[in-house]
Amino acid sequence: MAKLNLDRDMIDSCRELAGDITHPMLVYINRHSTIAIERSVLRLLGFDDVMEGPDGMPYPVCNLITEKLDRKRLYHGVATFVAAIKKRYPRWNQSKIAEKFIRGEVNVDKLEEISAEEALLVLRPWIDRAIRHIDKMRYKKEEMREKYSSARTPLKYVIVATGNIHEDVKHAVAGVRQGADIIAVIRSTAQSLLDYVPHGVTTEGFGGTYATQENFKIMRAALDEVAKKEKRYVRLCNYSSGLCMPEIAVIGAMEGLDYLLNDAMYGILFRDINMKRTLIDQFFSRVIIARAGITINTGEDNYLTTVDAFDNHHQVLSSHFINESFAKQAGLRDDQIGLGHAFEMNPTIEDSIALEIGMAQLVREVFPRCPIKYMPPTKYKSGDIFFSHVMDAMYNLVGVMTNQDIQLLGMATESNHNPHLQDRFWSLKNASYIFHGARSLSDELVFSANGKIMRHARQVLDRTYKFLKQVSNTSLLDSIERGMFADISRTKEGGRGYDGVFEKSRRYFNPFLDLMLSGQNRGGRRD
Amino acid sequence: MINRGNQDRGNNRSGNKGHDTKRAPYTGYDDLKEKMPTEVKAYGDHRDDGAIQLSFTLPMPCCEEAKIAAQTLVEKMGFQKVNVIYTEAMGPCFTFFVVYGCSDVVVDLTKIEVPKLDFPNYSYEQVNGLIKEKIGRKLVVLGACIGTDAHTVGIDAIFNMKGYMGDYGLERYTSMQAINLRAQVSTKQLIEKIVALQADAVLISRVVTQRDEHIDVLKEFIQELEQEKEVASNLIKICGGPRISHQLAKELGFDAGFGPGTKPSHVASYIADESIKRLAR
Ligand code: B12
Repeated sequence: MAKLNLDRDMIDSCRELAGDITHPMLVYINRHSTIAIERSVLRLLGFDDVMEGPDGMPYPVCNLITEKLDRKRLYHGVATFVAAIKKRYPRWNQSKIAEKFIRGEVNVDKLEEISAEEALLVLRPWIDRAIRHIDKMRYKKEEMREKYSSARTPLKYVIVATGNIHEDVKHAVAGVRQGADIIAVIRSTAQSLLDYVPHGVTTEGFGGTYATQENFKIMRAALDEVAKKEKRYVRLCNYSSGLCMPEIAVIGAMEGLDYLLNDAMYGILFRDINMKRTLIDQFFSRVIIARAGITINTGEDNYLTTVDAFDNHHQVLSSHFINESFAKQAGLRDDQIGLGHAFEMNPTIEDSIALEIGMAQLVREVFPRCPIKYMPPTKYKSGDIFFSHVMDAMYNLVGVMTNQDIQLLGMATESNHNPHLQDRFWSLKNASYIFHGARSLSDELVFSANGKIMRHARQVLDRTYKFLKQVSNTSLLDSIERGMFADISRTKEGGRGYDGVFEKSRRYFNPFLDLMLSGQNRGGRRD
Repeated sequence: MINRGNQDRGNNRSGNKGHDTKRAPYTGYDDLKEKMPTEVKAYGDHRDDGAIQLSFTLPMPCCEEAKIAAQTLVEKMGFQKVNVIYTEAMGPCFTFFVVYGCSDVVVDLTKIEVPKLDFPNYSYEQVNGLIKEKIGRKLVVLGACIGTDAHTVGIDAIFNMKGYMGDYGLERYTSMQAINLRAQVSTKQLIEKIVALQADAVLISRVVTQRDEHIDVLKEFIQELEQEKEVASNLIKICGGPRISHQLAKELGFDAGFGPGTKPSHVASYIADESIKRLAR
């Protein structure tokens, strides 16, 4: 229900400006690939094992192959190369190819040059198997969601982060029993800076649990199990971000995840990952995510930790338009675009709660069909866990009265550590009470015309338009360089992972990009 | 300034008396201001009742046995008059408790010694004036959050021009050349910068402290710094973050440590004071 009486023309203009901003980037993205994308292609083709690397440690074969492969060949796409080997040795399977090539037992110079059409033909069985598997996982999720009634929004989203996947399962199960609808497994600190995806079941992590395919599988199975008992579908979330953004998208798709944190700019701003690398990677990740029926969660909420939330909500909203534009180009539907924002105003501001209501309502109304993800207060939380719990209560009230879709529940112990089991319990109890107790509040509520809330919301939309105009005049890359987002400045060639970016040759071939983008992902059932 | 009553007076005073924590809490009545006691017990609603509230989880189903287990656990900790006032199941395998108990434990305050940084709290103008007068050049001050820690808000609060909690950041000080390298800076990069700019002070932030990672990283920094010959011999080494205390900083080989709630002017005052002291030595 629209309540803020927003200028719809201005919203349309913002959307157009976002298109102007992303268009030149998409031209650039189309001409380039990255080492992470090539590794993802290998994973999709079934190269998902590990082998001993030069230092005697186990590494994913997709890393070993792409690193060993001459850059001149990589420019054609790793799939071209795999197809050439497969054509020459039709009976070799993935592990044989990997083993032979990594050991240097394939005479690469003797391989025949192969066209994209031919490569597609040679690899077709492997390609089809990957896509069939992703589709199967998607249908399975959709069936489960239909079978078990979905909870009412705001969905209650909690994180688990013990570092040990088996311990995480216990926390997750306890959380679900207390009403959690979404379980996100927080990754180990700085996994985003690793240029490979760790392998296997892991029981040790720093501040989180490594995202690995095996860990995904374990948590998915556990959640499906409780879902059956609770007769309520439970969504699983992880992070498709950092230097392995597209690879995590692949394993997330393979293992039937529901949500992936995935943002066009977060890694650039908050992890100092090279901007070109991130922008190219986000596109291919989202192509996979779109096919897999996964919903992305964007990370604009984070801006409000480095810049003041009262003064800078327009940056969040502007970035929503940009993220939305990128997402649409990669084939995501509205209901797969979970835009993130946050309740992060300084609690000492008079009317801070009223203004938060305005901001939450604003995002809701500007993107009425997107599953909006609302993030809790974090920055102003201290070791006073009791006060912190009160802040979370206010946040929950704002969430339900403005019809947010996904509510990441705040933790009283936010300033201390990853949530202990009981912290999550208080938090869920808090949210369940308030969501239930204020269920219809939003229907009852109107804002006074020209009151403080409405005026502030309109001003933010106004500033959003001006900000987007400025970004479109400057170009996205230059705007980031000038520190226009989140007060963080990054250079075009700086940051991590730039050496993994390359221009595609004319013969470049990536079967998944072509197949998944070519409209074959239409017609999926809705969430 | 207009006198707006007792509360404001209390705040004004803290302004020039160094660390706030040193002062006895403001009671609202000057004549009732209590001296620091010599010993303490926990306080519930009257002196020496020893009342303490606890909340915790036991990994067992919620049942009568669980309640007794919680009671016994707290009694074994040495509490008396233990009262399990709330029990609830958290899923099938865990139970949550709120428990009250009384503790006879007494702490002798005369035995507590906390190393504290002692320096005058100067104003922005005073810092600039002093450095200009006594040192006669700009101090080069470098800041970074080192290791894989990506948190910049703390170090930015100290450095940013626009300031923090009504206090100008170091970048604004005319007496300093303040450079903030922000986060994810490696020890090597930072030391190279210290040498290249012949820094007078280095300010390191660590926010992520899981598994005491901050301690390892800060130790490693000091070790590597010692290997480097070309560092100015009187480099002032400061670290800060939500889990950093001056005591910890000293143990790790830093000159000073700053914890939560630090304002840029605290740090600026310390740098000015310490530089002048070192010059005199
Ligand atoms: C904002 C924030 C983020 C932002 C950071 C944005 C940015 N560019 O800084 C983002 C979203 C990126 C983030 C990411 C992560 N975060 Co974080 N984050 C926070 C949060 C909410 C607030 C921190 C903050 O900004 N405080 C405000 C500043 C002003 O306070 P401060 O840092 O204490 O600084 C003051 C003093 O300590 C002192 N000070 C600090 N440094 C220095 C240095 C010097 C020299 C001096 C003199 C003084 C000084 O002065 C400052 C001003 O008074 C805290 C929770 C909380 N409320 O504390 C979690 C928190 C710090 N994060 C945490 C974690 C685990 C992470 C992640 C590892 C999560 C993950 N698994 O991916 C990632 C980090 C990845 C990485 N590589 O580091 C944990 C840390 C747990 C721990 N004890 O180790 C916390 C406590 C949350 C939690 N409960 O889990 N985070």
